[in-house]
Amino acid sequence: MTSKTVQTLDRVVIRFAGDSGDGMQLTGDRFTSETAALGNDLSTLPNFPAEIRAPQGTLPGVSSFQLHFADHDVLTPGDAPDVLVAMNPAALKANLADLPRGATIVANTDEFTTRNLAKVGYETSPLEDGSLESWHVHAVALTSITVEALAPFEGLTRKEKERAKNMFALGLLSWMYTRPTTGTEDFLAKKFGGRPEILEANLAALRAGWNYGETTEDFASSFVVQAAPMAPGRYRNVTGNTALALGLAAAAHRAGRPLVLGSYPITPASDVLHALSGMKRHGVTTIQAEDEIAGVGIALGASYGGAIGVTSTSGPGIALKSETIGLAVSLELPLVVVDIQRGGPSTGLPTKTEQADLLQVMYGRNGESPVPVLAAQTPADCFDAALDAVRIATTYRTPVVLLSDGYLANGSEPWAVPEVDELPDLAVELASAPNAVDDAGEPVFRPYLRDPETLARPWAVPGTPGLEHRIGGIEKADVTGDISYDPDNHDTMVRLRQAKVDGIAVPDLEVDDPSGDAKVLVLGWGSTYGPVAAATRVLRNAGHAVARAHLRHLNPFPANLDDVLRRYERVLVPEMNTGQLALLLRGTYLVDVRSHTAVRGLPFTTVELADVVSTILEEVS
Amino acid sequence: MTLTDLGMPVTGLQHVPHLPDDAPGQSKRDFTSDQEVRWCPGCGDYVILAAVQSFLPELGLRRENIVFVSGIGCSSRFPYYLDTYGMHSIHGRAPAIATGLATSRPDLSVWVVTGDGDALSIGGNHLIHALRRNVNLTILLFNNQIYGLTKGQYSPTSRTGSVTKSSPLGSVDAPFNPVSLALGAEATFVARAMESDRAELKEVLRAAAEHRGAALVEIYQNCPIFNDGAFEVLKDRTQQAARIVRLRSGEPVTVGPEDDRRVLVRVAGGHGEFVPEAEVGAREVVVHDAAAPDPSAAFALSRLDSPEMTHVPMGVFRQVSRPTYDDLVRAQVEGAVDAAGGPATDADLGELLRGRDTWTVG
Ligand SMILES: Cc1ncc(C[n+]2csc(CCOP(=O)(O)OP(=O)(O)O)c2C)c(N)n1
Ligand code: SF4
Ligand SMILES: [Mg+2]
Repeated sequence: MTSKTVQTLDRVVIRFAGDSGDGMQLTGDRFTSETAALGNDLSTLPNFPAEIRAPQGTLPGVSSFQLHFADHDVLTPGDAPDVLVAMNPAALKANLADLPRGATIVANTDEFTTRNLAKVGYETSPLEDGSLESWHVHAVALTSITVEALAPFEGLTRKEKERAKNMFALGLLSWMYTRPTTGTEDFLAKKFGGRPEILEANLAALRAGWNYGETTEDFASSFVVQAAPMAPGRYRNVTGNTALALGLAAAAHRAGRPLVLGSYPITPASDVLHALSGMKRHGVTTIQAEDEIAGVGIALGASYGGAIGVTSTSGPGIALKSETIGLAVSLELPLVVVDIQRGGPSTGLPTKTEQADLLQVMYGRNGESPVPVLAAQTPADCFDAALDAVRIATTYRTPVVLLSDGYLANGSEPWAVPEVDELPDLAVELASAPNAVDDAGEPVFRPYLRDPETLARPWAVPGTPGLEHRIGGIEKADVTGDISYDPDNHDTMVRLRQAKVDGIAVPDLEVDDPSGDAKVLVLGWGSTYGPVAAATRVLRNAGHAVARAHLRHLNPFPANLDDVLRRYERVLVPEMNTGQLALLLRGTYLVDVRSHTAVRGLPFTTVELADVVSTILEEVS
Repeated sequence: MTLTDLGMPVTGLQHVPHLPDDAPGQSKRDFTSDQEVRWCPGCGDYVILAAVQSFLPELGLRRENIVFVSGIGCSSRFPYYLDTYGMHSIHGRAPAIATGLATSRPDLSVWVVTGDGDALSIGGNHLIHALRRNVNLTILLFNNQIYGLTKGQYSPTSRTGSVTKSSPLGSVDAPFNPVSLALGAEATFVARAMESDRAELKEVLRAAAEHRGAALVEIYQNCPIFNDGAFEVLKDRTQQAARIVRLRSGEPVTVGPEDDRRVLVRVAGGHGEFVPEAEVGAREVVVHDAAAPDPSAAFALSRLDSPEMTHVPMGVFRQVSRPTYDDLVRAQVEGAVDAAGGPATDADLGELLRGRDTWTVG
């Protein structure tokens, strides 16, 4: 039927961009799902404005979704798109700078009107004035072809028909990259099941897009990206926030305790609240609190009663929760505090990513108030990180901060779904009987008598007969937990709380140094995992020896970190802040690490990091 | 529709384990902890503590199922002195912590002890939301119209013009009426009592504990150190009767000694006025109805009060039934669990983890 050629590619980066109202996130999600089903490895990066609907057709209103898929292991959403789908002039203008010359642009010509061009400062249409001659442009009248294809749907208004143009674009791109559309058809059937005409129209638009690619001469070839070799198993695609919520639920299941989330909505953390609210069947209780302070208070109250108390928020919420986290340090009760970091200070960049809350969660409380901190490194890793956070909280009876960020929260990747019985056993024992004898030899309960190994105190929940006791934020006497203002006791208690956190069992830092003779180590934490791994891969492919390691645990640090830092001539620490981990490393180990920082609200690009590492490689060669 | 129709618990202590009938009775001593009480001599908090310690045995609950959660302030030291479970938390946040506890543990009788600063200043937001949600909590608000623990600054209930350490020329703040505030916050149970009237206090405490939902009890408490005599006119035997309006549901609202009784009658525009019994005539007498669904009448009663304390209603202003937040939250979770055939198994969790869209490799 068609004389078109099919070319095989090893990787592609596509960016869908349009007005906030154009449905680009949905289009991207669907394309991702189709791609996952084909077995490609992938990574995604949504990028949207903080405003729900900025004025139509303007630069601030542009929303985009980038997807990187390949026949091999994918580490980042890709530095630069190979294909840009631009639904209007604003989308083109906002994204063109990221587009390497030679890349492909699919532009919706219907939106390139004089008025829309003027809105973003184009005097002439870039589709016609030759300014895009270095790119490969497909000018497609996406809107009008969609409307035409939907002509038989007499019950729909023109507006409703126009709205299906994102499905047309999805159909076209699905043809271009030979993606199956059955998953999307099922999805639409579920979404519009109750409105048959809208469903049929969307399906028709999807097919029209596919057919347009297949029949028009504008598209000479389509592309195939083979499946990536992946470990055998059952996979699904997850965003970081979904994985994190699943990890919390799984941890509570494995602990045999109910999960109670107290939370106040905030971007980019709200999806954790949303996801957990839908898990009631799994015994998960969610309480949308009146503010962040109440959110953490509710979680702490639930922990006091024997639940796994969790609160989820972003940086501004952490600021409000600090005093309660300090109380939890003093009460020595389990508590998981999830911080999905975003650009700061203050309201900052709500929908953009950053790693600038590290020092806030480490030190942003009054008094000596040590709190274990760990960070997730990829969207799927949020699952494991959540389990680990619960393990630490319940084993050591302490608040724990789990750091993620906007990039991980909304980004997605395939995840090999684990078998439940392979997950760590997180069973905890509650105190049920007196643990000491008093001077008269009578059994008594000492709420601050510690486990000699973990230094954890008993978790004695209300309802347990014979263990009635009082706890509070006033300094407590060692062992008895009575109020104490004694100077030496305070000194003891401060050091005990610190020793407990310092003694938390965390695995040694694994260093990836394949040649074994690297002189430069790139040490990252959190969501820089993908870009750091991608940059080192590029350099190794070019014949350089570079070592790489990634910190999951930021407090306490792994025991071998000191040794690792001293093994390399140069240690580069890239961070999306102004050098917070670098400060901790220098202060803790007296090692002069090199800090590379950027706070642009975006993840590092592979090229940028590879360049920085190259410069350091030259110094030591 | 009543709570019973909805299949909801009706009393505050319904799910809390009680002592078996043949168990030896509890006494005040059982509720007295080994900690030395450290309030100033003469502090009204002692009186409230004694009343609560001697009242708790009457509930017949298992001691380990009672929890007192407090904020910060002199009053908030309360939990240390009771031999129950207790948490002395942080300033203003006790209602939030108690909400988490009560929602996850229906088998507990959860009490909040707070002060006028703790509850109405720093913790005002949590208080109104606990009341609005109708969490099954008994909240005791010790109102001494001053910040005691920080040594005597004016509070959100201090009278305008109060001369305190931080208001040497008199405070210019207008005070809250805690009862009006609670009613405005949709509270289902609101009462007021005097620390010095033990019988009345116990009666109110019992009604509050047995109320299913958030019960707010404002207790007038004297701080002899920083605000001595704030409620003296209500304690003074010669003035007491003329000022205290004892609210009894189903009875006319009256004030004054037997020989000089005044009766509250309705006046156009809402509020009532007290007129001598003999002059009531054809006027409409206000009969107190704590169970009235509309809180306006209770609110009007709360407005009889004034900083001069000419007429101060005491007792239960409002006591109505409304599903509680914690019961509703649990019903949703339990409903979902039951509908799915019981607590989630490993297989159920596996299904959750896999989601709806998986693919298999190899
Ligand atoms: C965050 C915070 N801010 C301020 C304080 C200081 N502080 C302690 S108690 C208190 C006021 C207490 O007044 P109230 O609640 O009326 O209790 P009272 O002492 O009168 O019983 C203040 C301001 C604190 N402990 N924590
Ligand atoms: S300062 Fe006042 S309220 Fe506080 S303990 Fe002393 S007398 Fe009581
Ligand atoms: Mg006070």
